Amino acid sequence: MATEILMPALSPTMEEGTLAKWLVSEGDTVASGDIIAEIETDKATMEFEAVDDGTIGKLLVAAGTASVSVNTPIALLLEDGESAEDIEVKTAPATATTAPKATPDQTTKEAATTPPAPQGGQPQVAPQPDWPEGTEVKQQTVREALRDAMAEEMRADGDVYLMGEEVGEYQGAYKISQGLLDEFGPKRVIDTPITEHGFTGIAVGAAFGGLKPIVEFMTFNFAMQAMDQIVNSAAKTLYMSGGQMGAPMVFRGPNGAAARVGAQHSQDFAAWFAHIPGLKVAIPYSASDAKGLLKSAIRDPNPVIFLENEILYGKSFDVPVMQDFTIPFGKARIWRAGSDVTIVSFGIGMTYALEAAEKLAEDGINAEVIDLRCLRPLDTATVIASVQKTNRCVTVEEGFPVGAIGNHISAVLMQEAFDYLDAPVINCTGKDVPMPYAANLERHALVTTDKVIAAVKKVTYR
Amino acid sequence: MGLIGGFCHLYIGQEAVVVGLEAATEEGDKRVTSYRDHGHMLACGMDPNGVMAELTGRAGGYSKGKGGSMHMFSKEKHFYGGHGIVGAQVPIGAGLAFADKYKENGRVTFTYFGDGAANQGQVYETFNMAALWDLPVVFVIENNQYAMGTAQQRSTSTPDLYTRGAAFGIPGEVVDGMDVLAVKAAGETAVGHCRAGNGPYILEIKTYRYRGHSMSDPAKYRTREEVQKMREERDPIEQVRALLLNGKHASEEDLKSIDKDIKQVVNAAADFSRESPEPDLAELWTDIYAEVV
Repeated sequence: MATEILMPALSPTMEEGTLAKWLVSEGDTVASGDIIAEIETDKATMEFEAVDDGTIGKLLVAAGTASVSVNTPIALLLEDGESAEDIEVKTAPATATTAPKATPDQTTKEAATTPPAPQGGQPQVAPQPDWPEGTEVKQQTVREALRDAMAEEMRADGDVYLMGEEVGEYQGAYKISQGLLDEFGPKRVIDTPITEHGFTGIAVGAAFGGLKPIVEFMTFNFAMQAMDQIVNSAAKTLYMSGGQMGAPMVFRGPNGAAARVGAQHSQDFAAWFAHIPGLKVAIPYSASDAKGLLKSAIRDPNPVIFLENEILYGKSFDVPVMQDFTIPFGKARIWRAGSDVTIVSFGIGMTYALEAAEKLAEDGINAEVIDLRCLRPLDTATVIASVQKTNRCVTVEEGFPVGAIGNHISAVLMQEAFDYLDAPVINCTGKDVPMPYAANLERHALVTTDKVIAAVKKVTYR
Repeated sequence: MGLIGGFCHLYIGQEAVVVGLEAATEEGDKRVTSYRDHGHMLACGMDPNGVMAELTGRAGGYSKGKGGSMHMFSKEKHFYGGHGIVGAQVPIGAGLAFADKYKENGRVTFTYFGDGAANQGQVYETFNMAALWDLPVVFVIENNQYAMGTAQQRSTSTPDLYTRGAAFGIPGEVVDGMDVLAVKAAGETAVGHCRAGNGPYILEIKTYRYRGHSMSDPAKYRTREEVQKMREERDPIEQVRALLLNGKHASEEDLKSIDKDIKQVVNAAADFSRESPEPDLAELWTDIYAEVV
C-alpha cells in the first residue's frame, strides 16, 4: 500500500508553503531521515526528511509550486513490491492549491495545524486614511513591515540598536529581524543569551545611558521573567528622577496565543502592560499600523511595549509607499463605518471583529469597527463618539476576562456615555482558564467570530 | 521628627567604600547603587541641599520630592540612582557600561550592591553578559555582613563573594572596606582593568553598617557589643583621622575646622529641606511621560 507524503507544517502556525525543490526523483530509493525536499515558508527554508523507507513512486506537486497547503499529498512512497503503475490508477493527483478534505483523518490533522484565526479577506478600508489620498500602496506582510520599520529607524539614528535571543545570526526566531545583522553588523544587532531578566535590565541601563534599545522578546511569555525591570526600572524612573532621566526604548515581540503551544506559551498580556503608568502600549493589527506605530515607538522618548502577534505575522495588508510613514500613538482607526453597533477591538481581535461585521452585514446589522491600535494612551474619544451614534458596544480581545481592556472601555462608556447606551456593553474575551493544548479545547478557550456575532445580536436585541 | 518619611537606609560605617572608590574615578565615569544611596550621592559631588530636601519630600529635592530616600538621580554627576529593588541596579549598571562601550567613550561604571543582592539571579545573568561582551563595569559588592537581618553565613553558601565571578572569568579581589586607602588602591586597579578594555572586575569590600537596615529596624539580629567593637576598633573615619595626625598631614585644629564646616553644611541642608515647599499638586501629573518631540 503506497504511503502519501504530506506537505509538512514546519511551525505551529504554518498554513502553506512553497515546495522549493525536490532532492529526489521518481524511482529513487529513500531511507528514513534522507532529505527529500526543500520547503520554503515565509519564515525560512527548511529541509524536509523522509519519515519512512521506500521508493519514491510519484511526485504529485512540482518543484517551485507556491502556496501548497499543509497536509496536501506531495508525493507517494512505494513499499517493497509495489510499482508506480500500480498506484497511478488508484490515486487522483491532488492539485497544489486545494487541500484535500477527503478523509476524516486528514481533516483532523488539518485542524491540528491550522491556527484558530478565521481567514477573512482584506476588510473594507477605513473612512479615515492614515496616509494622503493617492499615495501608492504595496502589499506587505506584518513581518516585512516590522523589519522595514526597524531598518529605517536604525538607518536614521545610530543610537538605535536591537538586542534579543536569536535576532542576529538566526535572523530572528520569527524572522522579524531578517537581514538586519547583515546591514547593521553585530554591534547593533546583538544576540543575547537566554536571560530575559538580565538583558532587559542591561537594555534599561543602556537607555539611561543615552541609547535607544529595541528589545525583542522571543515571545512576551518570556517577558514575565523581566517584568521587574520593565515596570520598576523602565516605566518609573522618569517620574522617580523628577524628569531627569528615563528609558527611551521599545520592548517588542509576539504576544497572545499562537496555536497548540499550551498554557505557558499562549497568553495575551495587553491588559497587564496597559495598567502601568509610564509605559506606552501599542498593539497593531495591520501591516501599515505595525510599520507606522513601530517607527513612532522607536522615536518615542518613553518605554513602549509593542505587542505583535505570531498569527498575524504572515498576513498581508496595504502599506503606503512613503519616505517616512509613521502613525501617532493614541489614535484609534475606524476600519468600518456603521450605525447599529460599535465593535471595539485591537490586535488579533480585529480578525474576529471584522469577520463578524461582514457576516452581520448580511443579516442587515451595520457594525462600526474600531481598532484601538494603542492601549496607552487610549483613544476613548473615538469610542465614545461612535457609541453616541450607535448606542451599543461590544469589545473583543483575546486576553482573560478579569481586568480586561474591555472592562475598562465599559467603565469609561458608563461614565462618559451612560445616557447613550441602549444595552449593556458586552466584553468578548478569552475564557477564564489557562490555555489548554487539545485543539477542540483551545478553540473553545479563544474568542471567536461566532461569539462576537452572538454578542452583537444580544446588544441589538435580534 | 517625622520630616523624613518611609524607609531611610543609613550608610554610617560604610563611608570609606564610596570615598575610596570615588577617588579612583575620572570625570564622566558613572555610578549606580541600591537604596542605601546617600553616601554615594554626597561622595560624587551632589548637592547636600538637594539630597536632604528629597529626603523630606520637598520641591527642592533632586527628584522634586517624587523619588524619596531610595530614588535620587543626577545626570550632571553621572549618578544613575537610587534603586529600590534589591539587585535590579546590577544589570542597569552593566547597561550603562554597555552604552559607554557602544559610544567608545572610555568611561567606566561603578555598580554597587550588597551581600544580600549578591544572591539575586539577575546578578549572575549580568556577570555572564558583562564578561561575554567585555563591558567596562566595576561590580562593587559592599559586604556589610547583613542582608537586612540575615547574617551572611545564614544566607550565602560560600563566604567569599569576590570569587562569585570566577565561573564567568571575571577577576575579583577582597578589600578592607574600613581602610579608605586600601579601597582607593583596589578601585584604581579595577578601573584600570576596565578602562583598558579587559571587561568587568569585581571588588568585594568588607564593611559594616552601624545602624539598622533601615530606620525601622531594631537590629535584634546582632549584639550591641559587636557593633560597639567595630566602631571602636575599625571605624573608617577614625582610621583616617589617625593617619592624618600621625603622618602630620593635619593638626587637631585642622580637623576640628573640617568638622565645623561639615556641621554647617548639614545644618544648611536641614534648613533648606525644611524651608523648601512641598511639591505643587500639579507635579503629581508631570514626568510620567517624556514629551514626544
